[in-house]
Amino acid sequence: MNAKLETAATAAPTAPIKRRERRNPLDYSSMRWMQIVLAGNFMFLYFPILALVAFSFNDSKRNITWQGFTLKYYEKAWNNIALHDAFMNTMTIATISTLVSTTFGTMLGLAIYRYKFPGKALYDGWIHLPIVIPEICMGVSMLAFFAAMNIPLGIFTITVSHIAFSIPFVAVVVRARMSGFDPSFEEASTDLGANQWQTFWNVTFPYMMPGVVAGALLAFTLSLDDFVITFFTSGPGSTTFPIKIYSMVRFSVTPEVNAASTALIVITLTLTITAMTIQSRSARRQGK
Amino acid sequence: MTEARKPIIRIRNITKRFGSVVACDNVDFDIYPGEFFALLGPSGCGKTTLLRMLAGFESASEGEIEIDGQPMLDVPPNKRPVNMVFQSYAVFPHMTVLDNVAYGLKVTGVPKAEARARAEEALGLVHLEGYGQRMPDQLSGGQRQRVALARALVKKPKVLLLDEPLSALDAKLRDAMRLELVRLQHTVGITFVIVTHDQDEALSMADRAAVMERGKVMQIAGPGDLYEHPNSRFVADFIGKVNVFEGKVSGVSGGRLAVEVGGMGRIEVPHDGVAQGDVGIAVRPEKTRLSKDRPASGLIVLKGKVTDVAYYGNESHILLDTDAGVQVTTTVQNEKRSTDAAMTIGDDMWISWSPEDTLVLNG
Amino acid sequence: MEDWRKSKAAFAIFMAPATFWLLLFFTVPLAIIWVYSFGERGPQGQTELAVSLENYARAVEWIPLKILWKSLWIATISTVICLLLGFPLAMGVAFAPKRWKNPLLLIVILPFWTNLLIRTYAWIAILRISGFLNFGLEWAHGLLDAGFGVIGMPGLMGEFQPLELLYNNSAVIVGLVYVNLPFLVLPLYATLEKLDKSYLEASLDLGAGQWRTFFSVTVPLTMPGIASGVLLAFILSLGTFLTPDLLGGTDSMMIGNLIAQEFGPSRDWPFGSALSFVLMYVTFFVLWLRATVASRSSGVGEAG
Repeated sequence: MNAKLETAATAAPTAPIKRRERRNPLDYSSMRWMQIVLAGNFMFLYFPILALVAFSFNDSKRNITWQGFTLKYYEKAWNNIALHDAFMNTMTIATISTLVSTTFGTMLGLAIYRYKFPGKALYDGWIHLPIVIPEICMGVSMLAFFAAMNIPLGIFTITVSHIAFSIPFVAVVVRARMSGFDPSFEEASTDLGANQWQTFWNVTFPYMMPGVVAGALLAFTLSLDDFVITFFTSGPGSTTFPIKIYSMVRFSVTPEVNAASTALIVITLTLTITAMTIQSRSARRQGK
Repeated sequence: MTEARKPIIRIRNITKRFGSVVACDNVDFDIYPGEFFALLGPSGCGKTTLLRMLAGFESASEGEIEIDGQPMLDVPPNKRPVNMVFQSYAVFPHMTVLDNVAYGLKVTGVPKAEARARAEEALGLVHLEGYGQRMPDQLSGGQRQRVALARALVKKPKVLLLDEPLSALDAKLRDAMRLELVRLQHTVGITFVIVTHDQDEALSMADRAAVMERGKVMQIAGPGDLYEHPNSRFVADFIGKVNVFEGKVSGVSGGRLAVEVGGMGRIEVPHDGVAQGDVGIAVRPEKTRLSKDRPASGLIVLKGKVTDVAYYGNESHILLDTDAGVQVTTTVQNEKRSTDAAMTIGDDMWISWSPEDTLVLNG
Repeated sequence: MEDWRKSKAAFAIFMAPATFWLLLFFTVPLAIIWVYSFGERGPQGQTELAVSLENYARAVEWIPLKILWKSLWIATISTVICLLLGFPLAMGVAFAPKRWKNPLLLIVILPFWTNLLIRTYAWIAILRISGFLNFGLEWAHGLLDAGFGVIGMPGLMGEFQPLELLYNNSAVIVGLVYVNLPFLVLPLYATLEKLDKSYLEASLDLGAGQWRTFFSVTVPLTMPGIASGVLLAFILSLGTFLTPDLLGGTDSMMIGNLIAQEFGPSRDWPFGSALSFVLMYVTFFVLWLRATVASRSSGVGEAG
């Protein structure tokens, strides 16, 4: 009671001195110039995409000034048979590529995590090659390969190539996930009487699962988005969505292309955010 | 006597909030030139925040800090006449030891040759002659700390700030370093402000210490006063071991306080402050005596049953359940080399101490 | 880790499918173009095997060399711009309050997950003659014009001429910066985030200003991250095909486009193969450089 009265009495006449709290010297993100730099960077990163998305809804062919909201270009893109076919091709390829590359990549990631063998460093370098070499080199080599084997270019050749560049990505993700695995979990399981097989399915596999899901979603996105390698391995009748957009883009900038692009952005972002959520959720659970 | 001098640091009504958390709550005291001053408290009490405000890495939400008569409100860390030894030492890993020590001189425009000479001299001060060309990763933790010390001292600051300087060292090195820091402070004559959570460290090194708890300064005093005259339960308990009994004041007369304590009856203790209502009656374990028979009058006595005897070599700690309903710890010096303990668990003993050794704790 | 000999069967089952796939559909194709790179182009554009270094000799002739040089040059400029934009960006995110870090990081990498082709196409809409940038410039021009009219000097600005912003080297550089910025920011952010902030505080405490601290402490201590990001952005720019193809002009051909041309319209596969290997060797050299920098500065920033 007393103390309350006292503080009230002293506070009243000398109203609290309002002053700007000087910032901490390393608190760059609350400094004005840094905020301007960040805002500028974010604008640079987002303006092109947002403009593209916004003008897919613009009721104008010239698509530079806003003429009102419309969905007609989505309708047009949807009814565009060639675009529709390309989309179905892309989905078929991405699905098969994801299934195969996730299976093989997961096995590979697990084997590299688990076993030590002669020449491992070299092998490791080799499976990273598809990630680091320029896409154009891989694209033309696939073209030369299929030509030399007399295999006609089409859905099959695209899928085979997508699997080849997706396997290393899946393996890397799965292996990174396993590097946080404590081998004593397996030892505890064996100690409690489980055999190797039971231990794998009940202990190792559940731990590995978020990595597999993330790897699969990555493989799916990579396949969905790939342009360069697909460009060299596709033939007539096997046009994919990005290839179709490419040919439309070369022709002209139309709201229809914007609508198709927006659809692809939405699909990719949904998959990516799902993958990130799964990863961060399992990371949080593991952290506890 | 120190109060007569002009303070080197004036901390005036400093409050620091992080969102809704109050790290420092209306802190207000002075530090005098040449003092070895400790900020002591449990983790999260605001002592490090206060030190960082002195260095300029945090700014106060309210209040004012003056160093050497200059208000520090708008002075960035690189313009303050203080230097800091970081808890992690922060010795730059990409520079040699000599470059580390000379860094603070070079960046403020001291000519290269002079900076070098002064850096060598500072390395001598911390007994690291000849280590100048080594890289920090070739040094032990203790040596790295000396580099950090030399690097700060070479700037000849008005105040040297040390953030938990001994916490990363092992026990043996820590004892040696305590003496070393005190020696160093005598040599250079600079005011040292040290942050520590270790009461032994504060008591053995500091001239004065401020004990902090939840952002508030509980007591500022010399080591002896903090130990023998703590002003609160928190300080008594945080610094050393203490046995506390709950009592009720029943009378005051001529510098003596009469207190009613359960299991002890009415006791009289010397006390020169004001006290009323519920108070804590406390005594340090080493101030108590144990005996099989009831001691002579004039002492405060209490009956108890031994529940545990912990042997520490030079002394033993005896735990007793007392009639006061409180568990009491007493220490017994093992002055004779006899292995058969004078007492065993289950023995009934009398605990006694002089009224002069009794602490009266308000609140 | 187990020795593979302890469980040979399991080891083989796990390793075989991926190894087989990568051998047949990655290594064999590369081997084929490696062999082709020593071959000759037949009269109808077919590839004839041979053992000659002529294709490599041709790769260092004036025109291909000029293209290779231009590729290196464009990759360098776009990487430098990436670094200038990316460093403050990475610092802004790494030094943000804890609860802001992940949302900010997500904002930085989200565009990186949208299709490369679409991101490049988006710039066409901005840079073309009737694009957003020229539209904005015209608007600004109109404002200035009106302004000069008010102060009594009408017509000073003249007629607005839209700028030719697309189909030139600058457009390619802008596109590459846009596409590769996240690749540079991510490793940089990772090292800045791990950097013990007390090094920077110590520098400030010892009297160095913010800029001095940045160049004497922050930059040297984050060198592995800088090198990693810069070299990544560089090899991605160097091997690009799509960006110059969509945004570049007749003068903007880079090595990737030349390779595509040899495998496409020119139908000179041996020469295209040799160029592919030149590009890969340059890429490997840069990767080797990155590994060297990383191993030399390992330990820095972790001590203490």
